[in-house]
Amino acid sequence: MTDALSAPAPRRAPAGLATLLRAFNANKASWVGLAIVALVVLAALFAPFIAPHDPLEQDVLDRLKPPTAEHWLGTDYYGRDTLSRLLYGARISLVISLSATLIAMAAGAAVGMLAGWRGGRFDAVTMQAMDMLLAFPSLILGLILVAMLGPTMANIIAAIALTSLPTFARIARAPTIALKGRDFIEAGRALGFSDTRILCGHILPNIFPEILVMGALWLANAVRTEASLAFIGLGLKPPTPTWGGMIREGFENILDSAWLAIAPSVAVLIVVFAVNLLGDGLRDAIDPKLRNET
Amino acid sequence: MTAFLIRRAALAIVTLFAVLTFVFVIVRILPGDPAQLILGDQASREAIEALHVRLGLDQPIALQYASFLGNALRGDWGVSMVTGQPVLAEVLSVLPWTIDLTLVSLALGIVIGVPLGVWAAVRRNRFVDYVVRIASLAGLSFPAFVSAVILLFLFAIEWRWFPVISARKGSLGAWTQSITLPAISLGLNSAAYITRVTRSAMLEVLSEDYVRTARAKGAPERIVVWRHALRNALIPIITVAGLYMSTLIGNSVLTEIVFSRPGLGKLIVGALSQRDYTMLQGMMVIYTLAVVVVNLLSDLAYGFVDPRVKLG
Repeated sequence: MTDALSAPAPRRAPAGLATLLRAFNANKASWVGLAIVALVVLAALFAPFIAPHDPLEQDVLDRLKPPTAEHWLGTDYYGRDTLSRLLYGARISLVISLSATLIAMAAGAAVGMLAGWRGGRFDAVTMQAMDMLLAFPSLILGLILVAMLGPTMANIIAAIALTSLPTFARIARAPTIALKGRDFIEAGRALGFSDTRILCGHILPNIFPEILVMGALWLANAVRTEASLAFIGLGLKPPTPTWGGMIREGFENILDSAWLAIAPSVAVLIVVFAVNLLGDGLRDAIDPKLRNET
Repeated sequence: MTAFLIRRAALAIVTLFAVLTFVFVIVRILPGDPAQLILGDQASREAIEALHVRLGLDQPIALQYASFLGNALRGDWGVSMVTGQPVLAEVLSVLPWTIDLTLVSLALGIVIGVPLGVWAAVRRNRFVDYVVRIASLAGLSFPAFVSAVILLFLFAIEWRWFPVISARKGSLGAWTQSITLPAISLGLNSAAYITRVTRSAMLEVLSEDYVRTARAKGAPERIVVWRHALRNALIPIITVAGLYMSTLIGNSVLTEIVFSRPGLGKLIVGALSQRDYTMLQGMMVIYTLAVVVVNLLSDLAYGFVDPRVKLG
């Protein structure tokens, strides 16, 4: 992109966590998002207790049944209970997307802060690499990595983390540059603090809210990417229930039992939407322009 | 302008070179011997050695690299390890399908997204704004394959308005029939995205002094919004649309699978499952080329909409 556009954001004091929380509080929609996310997390945590059936238990006599009192969301091709599989699938989906996002946040913030702090050639080369990574279609990159390395949980997490890393690097870099010249950082340098101490102790707390907001927005993306990979056939191996895998199986039987694809689709949709609501509320809270006006 | 173009082209060449090197390295450090994979587990040692020689895998790594680069530049991307067809020919035969799909989806996204975003910004914090914001957030939350599966189910299976397999070509009618559902499924996402960017860009611009001046001199609101404000809001919209192209190209993998539509996505999924390394190399180059071209086009677009952007 043109130089004028990739220049660091104008200097402004990053919002503190307290301000963030207060502004978040004012937005009703973000509370709805938070409530749904909390519910899904609870459902995933307590899946073994609330799931009506064993998600792997097959029942050939009860195959492809529409929703009944016994199976609220029907059964799949092997007679497994869809609701139980959805609940267990939530665990996989959440564990993968949360870990991928946390790793991307930590690694991306480290790269961005270091690039902004060191400046010069290191900054130029690193950010050029990040831009290239950002420009390449992330789903394709994830696809290639997972297909080549094998669809294990660690590999899927690593692939999703790698594709979201550049965004965090960009988000962390601009405010680091803006903070670099501020007096309190100068003071730290004059006192002989190490780079690590200044970066972790003084710059990180200042840019953390922005990284957190980006993290919430990218969590939604991670849930989507995990489901997409599983839909292509690059999720955890069956019979482990994953939402994307369930949609894939449902899609194969879509002509005679559409609800099989619809139920997990709606689940993905609700979770991604809720996380987006949450992230959006956080973002509105952090953007000083919006905050002052509303 | 010329100097700018030369600089961008130079950067594009460096990028391509870096990607080619990256592709070369990654394909070679990945586990699995391609010759073994092609011939299967039962293959004799001699057969594998022979295939190594034929594929050039017995050469020193530096030589392999040099010939890989040389061939790539001459347009000789080798032959597919699976089908035996030239990689470039296979890629080019499906490329139009993907280009069609992404361009129509992006156009759909712009046609829906820009007016909606402007409308929401003008009615900020009113009912319309809330509806547009929630709807666009919902649209953004659709994984590309979920909207595809739902569209396919409703319009192709339940109501039979469109073919289940969207792979027809030839007449304009067949083309339209084939592209409608896939483009809507991808376009929904981009429309949601563009709506949000347009809205926030417009909000920023509408509070600028020149908008107040335009209003003060009595310009009709229609002119103020669509000519003075939107024109200045276009830069971030173009940036995002350009960046979003790569997401569209990536997501088209899912759309192509659901609608059984030929394209780069189906080709790469096939190449991955069969470990067709030569095909993968070619595809990564094509994807990078696509990204580089899109970036170049959006840079040029800046110059068109905003004469203040110095292309020097």
